[in-house]
Amino acid sequence: MALTSLIQRFRSFVGGIHPPYHKDLTDHQTIRQLPLPERVILPLSQHIGTPATACVKVGDTVLTGQMIGAADGPVSAPVHATISGTVTAIGMYPHPSGREVQSVVIESDGADEWVALPKRDGIGGVDNDTLRGWIADAGVVGLGGATFPTRVKMSPPETAQLDTLVINGAECEPYLTADHRLMVEEAGRIAEGGALIARILGVGRVIVGIEDNKADATVCMEKALTRLDPVRSGRLDVTVAVVPTKYPQGGEKQLIAVLTGREIPSGGLPMDVGVVVHNVGTAAAVSDAVLLGRPLVERVVTVTGEGLAAPGNARVRLGTPARALIEAFGGGEQVGKVVFGGPMMGVAQFHMEVPVIKGTSGILVLPPEAVTLEDIRPCIRCSACIEVCPIGLLPNMISVCAEQLAFAESEQYHPFDCIECGCCSYVCPSYRPLVQMIRYAKTEVRSLKQKAPH
Amino acid sequence: MDEPIETPPTATPPQGEAKPPPKKPTKKPPKSDPAPAPDYVLSSSPHIRKAISIRRIMGEVLLALLPATAFGLYLFGPHALWVLSLCVAGSVATEVVCQRWAGTRVTISDGSAALTGLLLGMTLPPQAPWWICLIGAVVAIGLGKHVFGGLGYNPYNPALLGRVVLLISFPAQMTAYYSPGWWGVDAVTSATPLGLLQEARIRSMGLGEATQLSMSDAFFGFMPGSIGETSTLALLAGGLFLLWRRHITWDIPVAMLGTVAAGSALFWWIDPSRYMPPQFHLMTGGLMLAAFFMATDMVTSPLTTRGKLIFGFGCGLLTVIIRLWGGYAEAVSFAILLMNSAVPIIDKYTPPRLYGTGKPPAQGPKS
Ligand code: SF4
Ligand code: SF4
Repeated sequence: MALTSLIQRFRSFVGGIHPPYHKDLTDHQTIRQLPLPERVILPLSQHIGTPATACVKVGDTVLTGQMIGAADGPVSAPVHATISGTVTAIGMYPHPSGREVQSVVIESDGADEWVALPKRDGIGGVDNDTLRGWIADAGVVGLGGATFPTRVKMSPPETAQLDTLVINGAECEPYLTADHRLMVEEAGRIAEGGALIARILGVGRVIVGIEDNKADATVCMEKALTRLDPVRSGRLDVTVAVVPTKYPQGGEKQLIAVLTGREIPSGGLPMDVGVVVHNVGTAAAVSDAVLLGRPLVERVVTVTGEGLAAPGNARVRLGTPARALIEAFGGGEQVGKVVFGGPMMGVAQFHMEVPVIKGTSGILVLPPEAVTLEDIRPCIRCSACIEVCPIGLLPNMISVCAEQLAFAESEQYHPFDCIECGCCSYVCPSYRPLVQMIRYAKTEVRSLKQKAPH
Repeated sequence: MDEPIETPPTATPPQGEAKPPPKKPTKKPPKSDPAPAPDYVLSSSPHIRKAISIRRIMGEVLLALLPATAFGLYLFGPHALWVLSLCVAGSVATEVVCQRWAGTRVTISDGSAALTGLLLGMTLPPQAPWWICLIGAVVAIGLGKHVFGGLGYNPYNPALLGRVVLLISFPAQMTAYYSPGWWGVDAVTSATPLGLLQEARIRSMGLGEATQLSMSDAFFGFMPGSIGETSTLALLAGGLFLLWRRHITWDIPVAMLGTVAAGSALFWWIDPSRYMPPQFHLMTGGLMLAAFFMATDMVTSPLTTRGKLIFGFGCGLLTVIIRLWGGYAEAVSFAILLMNSAVPIIDKYTPPRLYGTGKPPAQGPKS
């Protein structure tokens, strides 16, 4: 049966910004395979939820793919060894979030010897609960950065009326191209993963959202999806949605609104409007976990920025210290700031030994001249922040409340709806750290509420 | 002590010397060395910023005022330059004094005081005496801005506040206009078109000499008036530049000019023998200057498009009312200051549409 094109163009959301993207630094660089790291630092908390509990001790030898941290409770995820070697330390180590976190350090034996992976022949007769178990055992979490354990998102409550799975390939953060390259080079894995997730959730519609600055990815994804059995037989309704390039197009709330016309109610989840969103990397990891029985031990990372001589994309074993990557891509003395993630939402690092974790989509090295620290001025009510806020907040008002420590008052401006995309801070001519102040307001309002239960 | 973590020095040390020897497996997690001061900048996201600053905005607004300023100087000669210079210098000096006195950082380099001074000067008669300029500057910056806490906190447009205080305190000097004359040598006292209209109305003489104004003179700006307000053409050019640079939005000028045009057109249509046509009202007085450069002042106008439309409408309506029936020939300053005081209320009732509430905008596939 000849399929008509799966590609469809979509309108944009309200607000947002067009920062310089700098994706051309790396968007034509194929994913590199790097030499194995000599040492990995594996935090037991690489996901949202309860940290895993270490199930190895110092001195143990481990194989690649062997579980070293067991999931603790329903919202948790196991952690696997990403190289083979010896556990040399278990302790508190710097984590990309800026805190120190219980981590397992493995010194490589250079052999990369794998554990025996379970044999999987097809999933035809396997029930969904078993599939969910396989995904959970492989330690799959949201690779887009949210790192929510994927199994939880695959087990909606009975009451949820799901009809659409959105695969998020928007990758709206400037500089990052990891998802882009994955879609170009390994669209098959993403497509398989998408079909699997759709099957487990029992939804009949899959929409892959891709920004229109990645035309090659669109073509590759369409090709891969067309080959899927359920798509050929018409059981699965698939669309490759081309969405306008605008930050934060990849935000869950924005992407869902653009693709389905539905808006998640304040404080709600995508599930409340019948949608589940998974990142393209997560879909690929699900496919590996189910079809190959392979645990999550590596991910694609964009190592980029003007502070590097040869930026690129690489498949990186989790736990690899940032220093090794920065050196591999030509990092020199020209380092002003090291950011894990993209420039809009990433976290600045103070330590070069911070490891790549499951949620690390990129490492951005900014040269000193790109790092400016300006004086914060009063709000001149230019309303630029309001125009760009994709949620329709008054970021300036929240920031003014926070500045005057009027946290109770700040609540009327809905700080909890803020997705912390950073558009407001980006455009503010007074250099006000609006997102930071909104986060501050959120924390304070929360603690106020805890102190005074109503 | 275990030393699994080296600090990142700028010069890369030999790799692999960080060998944490498991001396004895203790229960206590080995604490890594406290990291010495980082070599990198730590700050909250986002890590990139748009190339924009207060100074840049003020600079471009000053640039946008250039055509009107230049035309005013051409029309009214060196005394106009004297007036403008005094206003700018007075404003900047007042800001320095206020900020020194308050012990805060002196921020004259952001250009906002200079802009206030220039705007004030542009609303003064070309022959204004030096003390009028200085009093205006002190009032505008001192009372209009720093009493409230400085830039961003002032509820009223400082330049307009300065002008209105002068207008009320020194009506004679503030309404002494001269017909345009180079070098000011052949300057003859003459009323502005709006002044003529006002006088005729008070004396029940219909429209009086105001009808003699040629519309093309008004458009290019060859008429008596304040230094920077006469040329509709020059002001439009500046306004369009600001719109293009996105330092102002269309809503306030369109709502304000639209309301003035519609209101004056209505009465002109009812009784053309008593009311002037809309084009007269659009091109005389300080309307163009105000609609593009004063009503649009960020600090003293509402935050959202809906609010700005209401604000612009209010400014326009008050202008029409005061011009047609009020006791002052020049209505725009009063109209904007009155609407400035309504901004908090307008803001309160015109929040932006919050995602997830109300009717979502049209989305979904393009047809
Ligand atoms: S207020 Fe929040 S949602 Fe709005 S632009 Fe700022 S960070 Fe983004
Ligand atoms: S962008 Fe900055 S100066 Fe402008 S309104 Fe927002 S907080 Fe105020």
